[in-house]
Amino acid sequence: MKKIFNFYYDGFTNMKLGKVLWLLIFIKLFVMFAILKTFFFKDFLSEKFNTDKEKSEYILKELTKF
Amino acid sequence: MDENLLELVNWSRAQFALTAMYHWLFVPLTLGITFIIAIMETIYYKTNDEKWKKITKFWMILFGINFAIGVATGIILEFQFGTNWSNYSWFVGDIFGAPLAIEGIMAFFLESTFIAVMFFGWNKVSKKFHLVSTWLVALGSNLSALWILVANAWMQHPVGMKFNTETARNEMVDFWEILFSPVAISKFLHTITSGYVLASIFVIGVSAWFLLKNREEFLAKKSILIAAIFGLSSSLFLAGTGDIAGHEIAQKQGMKLAAMEGLYKGENGASLVLFGLLDGDKKLKDENNGFVFKIEIPKALSFLANRDFDSFVPGIEDIVYGNKEHGFIPTSEKIIKGKLAIKSLKEYKSSKKNGDKIKEKSSLKIFEENFKYFGYGYLNSPESIIPNVPLVFYSFHIMVALGFYFIVFFILVLFFLKKDILQKNKWILYTSIWTVPLAYIASETGWIVAEVGRQPWVIQDLMTTSMAVSKIDASAVQITFFLFLSIFTALLIAEIKIMTTQIKNY
Repeated sequence: MKKIFNFYYDGFTNMKLGKVLWLLIFIKLFVMFAILKTFFFKDFLSEKFNTDKEKSEYILKELTKF
Repeated sequence: MDENLLELVNWSRAQFALTAMYHWLFVPLTLGITFIIAIMETIYYKTNDEKWKKITKFWMILFGINFAIGVATGIILEFQFGTNWSNYSWFVGDIFGAPLAIEGIMAFFLESTFIAVMFFGWNKVSKKFHLVSTWLVALGSNLSALWILVANAWMQHPVGMKFNTETARNEMVDFWEILFSPVAISKFLHTITSGYVLASIFVIGVSAWFLLKNREEFLAKKSILIAAIFGLSSSLFLAGTGDIAGHEIAQKQGMKLAAMEGLYKGENGASLVLFGLLDGDKKLKDENNGFVFKIEIPKALSFLANRDFDSFVPGIEDIVYGNKEHGFIPTSEKIIKGKLAIKSLKEYKSSKKNGDKIKEKSSLKIFEENFKYFGYGYLNSPESIIPNVPLVFYSFHIMVALGFYFIVFFILVLFFLKKDILQKNKWILYTSIWTVPLAYIASETGWIVAEVGRQPWVIQDLMTTSMAVSKIDASAVQITFFLFLSIFTALLIAEIKIMTTQIKNY
């Protein structure tokens, strides 16, 4: 375990361009999950219904309303 | 379709197209360059020549930049499934979820673990283990693509499932039928090889820039050699898989093929349009053949579609209005069957609720008999099954023309390299640089053919795009559309800037 930890630790500490790339990755993931997913991309069915049965009934209603 | 729904569908489609196309700017380079790097490292492993290690590490840096900027951009597509396309997400059930889950696990364990060894492992693990890790990154990224493409292929040709009338979901009954569907196999092979071609052109383009600047001659020439051989063999394979994909489309998505070829009236011994200009005044059922002019390969379309030079290929009108002689039933009949399937599903649910066993059984029988036309029940007119013909036609022909240009390009590059006259002929070096954006255009137009060509279906014959959307406010989709546009454009600019700086300062 220690070997694996040191492998990653040394790898990360010796990075040059990699540090910029990791920063970009973290900013991107933060924007995607903490902002977009939380505020703009809520799961439509889970927001409206609590159970799978309710979701099924809603979709069936949607599919057969014509 | 009312105006509000149309606006919602259009914005949801635009948003998905935008994110998918941006995502696809990053993916193909990863798919191909990992193999090129693995080949280079294999040469280093075999020869023990430090120059090959330097070459391998240079391309690894560019791969790392592309991977870092592009990684997780596909997750945004999954966000959209749950928010904008909830009817679709529920309807596809575990068929879409299972491959995506496998992809997620594989991407995490295979790519992420071995990418760390690739970048951090020089001089820390054995040369052999490092090489194996590099090959596993290449295989892992391509296997990740497999699962995404299997899910996409299922939407183009739904197989291996059964619709559950209780849960309103499709359930997987045959995993292998989904995985080994001919559409999935041809789509996978065609898509990944297009990535190999793109990556090869990228490597040649960057190397050509070095030669133009009289820098890194050894790195540039050796890279061109590897990339041109890899690119040429991939291009030839790509043409073969393109032929197979075309055949599959003809068998399963006749309307898409007709749109790709601008074929309005079906014919025996149909010709393949090599080059053509569509007539914008073309109307269904008129005598106009739909072209201002065209150059054709006689009977080639019939062979592509049915492996028979004299066979019948249906045109748009045969599919819309039917053709008794050749066994194509009119779309109007399919719409009636689709509406019957929807009605019987509704009656099945109500009779079950009321305890009417006889009605329940008969409704279920009618539903199952007509389920394969289910999606047609949502169409307003037979003509609404026609996709955007000019967009599909031109995208297809741009993709094919570029595909054949790439073959010639690789042969020329190899010829000039073998004669060692690359630097004396600067035009081939400039051409190499300008071919890089063309590779991206070919790749994106391929997806336009695949996705626009299957409209109005989100799942072929079973669910229309308009039926798949969540009933949310269109303005919310507009806001996130522009948010994505800003984020992805920023990422693309970052990628280009970091990459060009890295190349220039090497």
